Formats: sequence, structure tokens, C-alpha cells
Amino acid sequence: MSDPRPSKAQMSEAQTGKADHSGLRPAQPFPAAARAEVQRPQLRANLRKVTHTIRDKRARAVAELPHWEELRALGAATKDASLAGLSERLLELEASVRARGGQVHWARDGAEACEIIARLAGAHGADEVIKVKSITSDEIGLNAALAEQGVHAIETDLAELIVQLSDDRPSHILVPAIHRNRAEIQALFNAALPGEGELSDLPADLAGAARRYLRRKFLTTRVAVSGANFAVAETGTVCVVESEGNGRMCLTLPEVLITVMGIEKVLGTWEDMSVFLELLPRSSTAERMNPYTSFWSGVTPGDGPQEFHLVLLDNGRSDVLADRFGRQTLRCIRCSACLNVCPVYERAGGHAYGSVYPGPIGAILTPQLLGMHDKNANTLPGASSLCGACYDVCPVAINIPQVLIYLRTQANVQKGLSAEALAMKGLKAAMSGGERFEAALNLARLGQGPLVRGDAISWLPGALSGWTQTRDLRPLPQESFRAWWRERERAGAGGNGGEAGTPSGGEE
Amino acid sequence: MQVDLFLTCVNDALFPATGQATVRLLERLGHRVRFNPAQTCCGQMHLNTGYAGDALELARKFVRDFGDAEAVVAPSGSCVAMVRELYPQAARWAGDEALREEVEALAPRVFELSEFLVNRLGVTDVGAYYPHRVTYHPTCHALRALRVGDAPLRLLREVRGMTLLTLEGAEECCGFGGTFAVKNPDVSAAMLADKVRHILDTGAEACTAGDNSCLLHIGGGLHRLRSGARTVHLAEILASTEGEAPA
Repeated sequence: MSDPRPSKAQMSEAQTGKADHSGLRPAQPFPAAARAEVQRPQLRANLRKVTHTIRDKRARAVAELPHWEELRALGAATKDASLAGLSERLLELEASVRARGGQVHWARDGAEACEIIARLAGAHGADEVIKVKSITSDEIGLNAALAEQGVHAIETDLAELIVQLSDDRPSHILVPAIHRNRAEIQALFNAALPGEGELSDLPADLAGAARRYLRRKFLTTRVAVSGANFAVAETGTVCVVESEGNGRMCLTLPEVLITVMGIEKVLGTWEDMSVFLELLPRSSTAERMNPYTSFWSGVTPGDGPQEFHLVLLDNGRSDVLADRFGRQTLRCIRCSACLNVCPVYERAGGHAYGSVYPGPIGAILTPQLLGMHDKNANTLPGASSLCGACYDVCPVAINIPQVLIYLRTQANVQKGLSAEALAMKGLKAAMSGGERFEAALNLARLGQGPLVRGDAISWLPGALSGWTQTRDLRPLPQESFRAWWRERERAGAGGNGGEAGTPSGGEE
Repeated sequence: MQVDLFLTCVNDALFPATGQATVRLLERLGHRVRFNPAQTCCGQMHLNTGYAGDALELARKFVRDFGDAEAVVAPSGSCVAMVRELYPQAARWAGDEALREEVEALAPRVFELSEFLVNRLGVTDVGAYYPHRVTYHPTCHALRALRVGDAPLRLLREVRGMTLLTLEGAEECCGFGGTFAVKNPDVSAAMLADKVRHILDTGAEACTAGDNSCLLHIGGGLHRLRSGARTVHLAEILASTEGEAPA
């Protein structure tokens, strides 16, 4: 039973007649994508090293604050309050930005946002724009959309630049080139950065080459595009946090600044934001304080960009907000702590998720933004063993495991009746009473006979074959516990309490 | 105390020795153990695979089977986490407020075995003797959903004759995750490979844990490799005494 409604991205494509560059939609189901990725030894080694390093540093940075749990609860409550009054806050933000000389644009989806940004760049005759690292811009496929209009977007974050120059995709929210090693970057820069001569693989050498290339761009490009980490409704202030200073360059040097921001990023007050400026650095880069934190409010004559545009993007967020059990997902401040502790992310890597939002947060955010009918994104909530490490580190206490389970149910509702659903019904029927359960066990014991070799089952058919690819299965023993207990009751044995085993309820 | 054993379907079917050990242990500590044969399964697999409707039917059955119990004890962290944490949540999703209230009333009386012994009864030395080299894997749901902390380790440290070996990366998931292991077999196997490697690095004869579903997975990996190392449930170690031949 397939859902006849087109997904949001499909709708926008149909409406606008333009190609869909969405960075959200996975090209294949997660298990298939992950199968290829887990077999890459360099990737596994990189991921293991980097995620463990950041996770350990984060744990130390968080342990320094005795009130971390209170801060975390405050972060969750602050975001929830902002989201509960989202429409009022957005209107307040719009009014504040306009009052300070900025312009505000509303985009229902990625295609609309791209169109707005391309139009603004075109109006200034720009054939190049410089960009601050922005996953939101990747979500809407901005670079490809701008390229169609003859505008070349230049990524200025070092890792984003590496990804862009190699025509690759980011695989981590914080460390987009986590899957690349130094030798690969050396080869890439030697091929892609002209006039640098032969570069060594020393980090200082590579960073120096990137710095020289980027500085020329910072000083000559007239239009910049950024994302936003937060916005404060009361003053119309937008905030970007970054570590390299490239953001500060993009936000101050060009004449025109265009910021694209998901509508869930708005906060009411500066006091609200202070909570996140404590939570975010420790969770993300394991720093006590973020290195470059830029704030700007509209336009300041004679200082910084003289034209500022804020593009407020929905792209499915209103639908996420409408779901009372899924909406906690929108608290996310993109710290990526959940990626760094996730055992699935650590083995499969970011590309397996097929979306600009990888890892545990991506597994709940991507399918909700797309709508639960996307067949490939539907498999993302299954990309978890539900170990709970993500929830423990989330600075805004998103209960990711519970949302994953909730979305699995939503995905199954979309799929309708399936072989798996029937099997589950059958199992549930077998579990409806003790006697039925015992009868089912007896049947299974007969059925397993041909599969048992020695003391184990090493081959299972069909959907269960995934288990026996790499693992044996213990067969059912001849006697279940309940049979043993019944015998014991019959024999009158029991504990030193005497009245062992009086059932508390009748058989169903 | 009167203890209702919630054995769990996995133990009933595949690990009867764990159930027998739990009964032996609790009776040795002076408690009366009941086993209601109407009990079957908590529905964890159904819920975690995305079949909340089926799971809620089993949740209602759980309330019928255990509603009047003084204390319900299960040798499984994940099944107890299902009851205490996910039953109320799934009831909320379904808008079944009556069920939510029922499961929330029952939840504080449902215990995982190690937390029951250490936190509820205040016992750490249960008089066990187990002359083997053992390493302990803290299972995800006991650790992060139930917050049993070091309760299992405190019990294990008191076991006589046993050498307890430290497991590297102990708190990392083994990769089981119920149907995750068959729906995402490659990632699951990659996780298991690391867990198995760490277990073998300890030189332990056996890996123990408070949850046989995780041990089914880990044991399946150890067996496939013909590693010689085995798995044993915590209850079976704690039930072993000098008088008996240890498992």
C-alpha cells in the first residue's frame, strides 16, 4: 500500500518546475548504503579515531560543570518554550530585523529559498559568493541551485572547502571531511589550488595554502551567504558560531550578506541564547567557550555588510512541529555530540545516511522533514541499536531512542501490511497466553531440527539470514523454563518460603 | 519478600538455566518466588520494530499478569526498561491514558535482578562461588535506561574464586538491538566484531551480562569464531555455590 501523496520535495519540484537539489533525500535504504561503507578500512579507522577523540574530550569538558544536568534541562525547556510560541517569535524577529535595516524573506521549502538567494545574488551581478559553513544551505542544495544560475558558491570552512573541491559530500555535522585523511587532502590541494607549487602533507602547509586561496576570495567577493546558529527575536540579532575565523570574514567583509536559517533556530531573548552558548561548545568541539562567535543586528552604517537579507526556511519544519511526539527533534542545536558517541555512525559513517543530517539526529530529523512516506528515509529510524548513548550526551535532552521507536511505528503505518507486519502479528498471537506460547515453542523445536548442526544453528533462511552471516544461533533447548517449573511444582519442591509458585492471574 | 519472577520469553525459551538460577538465588536469600505461567513476552521486539499496537496488547497482558505483585524481578535489563520506560511512552502515543496510569503505577515495583539485589535488598555478597576468569559487559538498557550503575559489578566483586577482568569499551553496545541485528546485519556485525575482540583480549573464559538477549548475540559471535570463550548470565554466576559443580 503506497502513499499516493508526493513528498514535499517532489511537490516543490512539481510546483516550481526546477530540479530538486535537496540534500535530504537518501538515494538508497540505509542498510544497503551502510553495507558498502563498513567495508572501507580507512574510513573505519578515521571514524574510530576522530569520534573517540572528540567523545572523550567532550566528556571531560562536560564533567567540569557540576550543574550540567540542570543546564541541559534548561536548554530543553528554553527550546520547547521557543517552539511553542514559534509563530509569534518569528513575526517578532521579522519586525526587529526590519527595524534595524535588514530584509526578511519567507521560504516554504528549499526550492523557494534557493530561488530567493539566487535572485538576490543575481541582483548584485555576483558570479561568486563566499559561504560560511551552513548545513541548512546544504539541506536545500544551495550550491547546485546557484550554479544553475551561473553563480559559483565558495565554501570557506576548511573542511567544507575540502569536500567541495573534491566534489564530495559532508559526512559529519561538525567535521564534514572526517572521512578524508591527510594524504588525500594533499593530493586534492595540489590538483585544485593553483599557484601553490608542490605542497607537503604537513598540516601547516596545507592550511597555509587554503588560507592564501580563501583570503583572496574574502577580499574580492561582494556577496556572502551564511547559515545561523541562533537568532534573537527581541533584537533581531543573528548569531553564527565557528572556529576558524572564516565566518567572521564572510560576515563582515562583503557588501551583501544573505543568511538562510531554519525557522526553529529563533529564540526569544539574549538570556535564552546564553544557555546555548554554554551548552553548544562543550558538546560540539569540547571547548569551554566558542572561538569565534559573531552577532549582528540588521545593518550598521559604515560597518560590515550594508545590505542584509534573512531567509527564513520552513522545508518541513512546521510539519515536524505539528507532531507532538516528534517535535522535540526541533530542539537540536547541531552540536553533533550524538554522532560522536553513536556506535552505528562510528561504523557506517555519515554518507550511509544519505542526507546532510547524519547520525542519530539525522535518523530522526531527515525522515520527519521529508515526511514519513519517503521509502529510503523511512529506513533511517531503523539505523540504531537503541543503545541510548545519543540521548545521554544530547545537550537539549532529545530522547532520540524514543523518537526513533516512534518513527519506526510511523514508517510501518505508511508501509501498510507487510510480511514483517504479519510475522509480528503471528508472534503476538503466540504470546497471547502461556499455553499458546508453549505450543509455539514445541512447534519451533520441531522446526529447528534440520537447522541444528552440533550445538548451534549456523544457517537461517530469508529475512533471518542476516543473523547467521556472521553469528551462530543457540538452538532451543529440549525443556523450557515453564516446563521445568511445572515439574518442580508437581514434585512439591519450592523455596524456603514454602508457598512457591501460586499464579497471580489466570491463563488467558 | 514475595517475588514475582518475570522471566521473559527469551529466557523461558532459550535460557531456562538462567531462570532456574534466578529462582535458586532468590530462594537462597530467603524470598518466596512465584512464577505466573500466564506470562509470556513484554512486547519489546514489537515496539522496537515499530509495531506499537501489538506491543500495547502485550503491555495490557503484562499488567494483568503482574498488576498485584509486591515486587516483579526480571533477569533482563532491556525487558524491565521496556516496562518502566517504554510502556508509559507507548501508551501516550496511543492516547491510552488509562493504560499509562496502570503501567506507571506498576513500574516502581518492577526490577532488574542486579538493582533488586543491590538497591532494593541492599545485598552485594550473595554467597556465590565461581572459580573462573570472567569479564563483564554492561548492557545498554540496564546502563542507560535503568541506570543500574555498578550494581552488577558490586555483586560480581563479592563472588569467591572468580577473577573479574576489565573489558575495554565495556559501555559500547554489542550491536544486537533486537531486529536491528537482522535488518542492519553489516553494521551490527561490525559492532559485534569490536565487542568480541575486546572480550578475547581480556583472556576471559566467559563474558557475563545481565541480559541474555545481548549474550545470545555475543555468544553467537564467539561460537562462530570457535573462540573457546563462552557467555554466562549474571544470575547463573550469582547462583553458583561451592557445594555445587559450577556451570
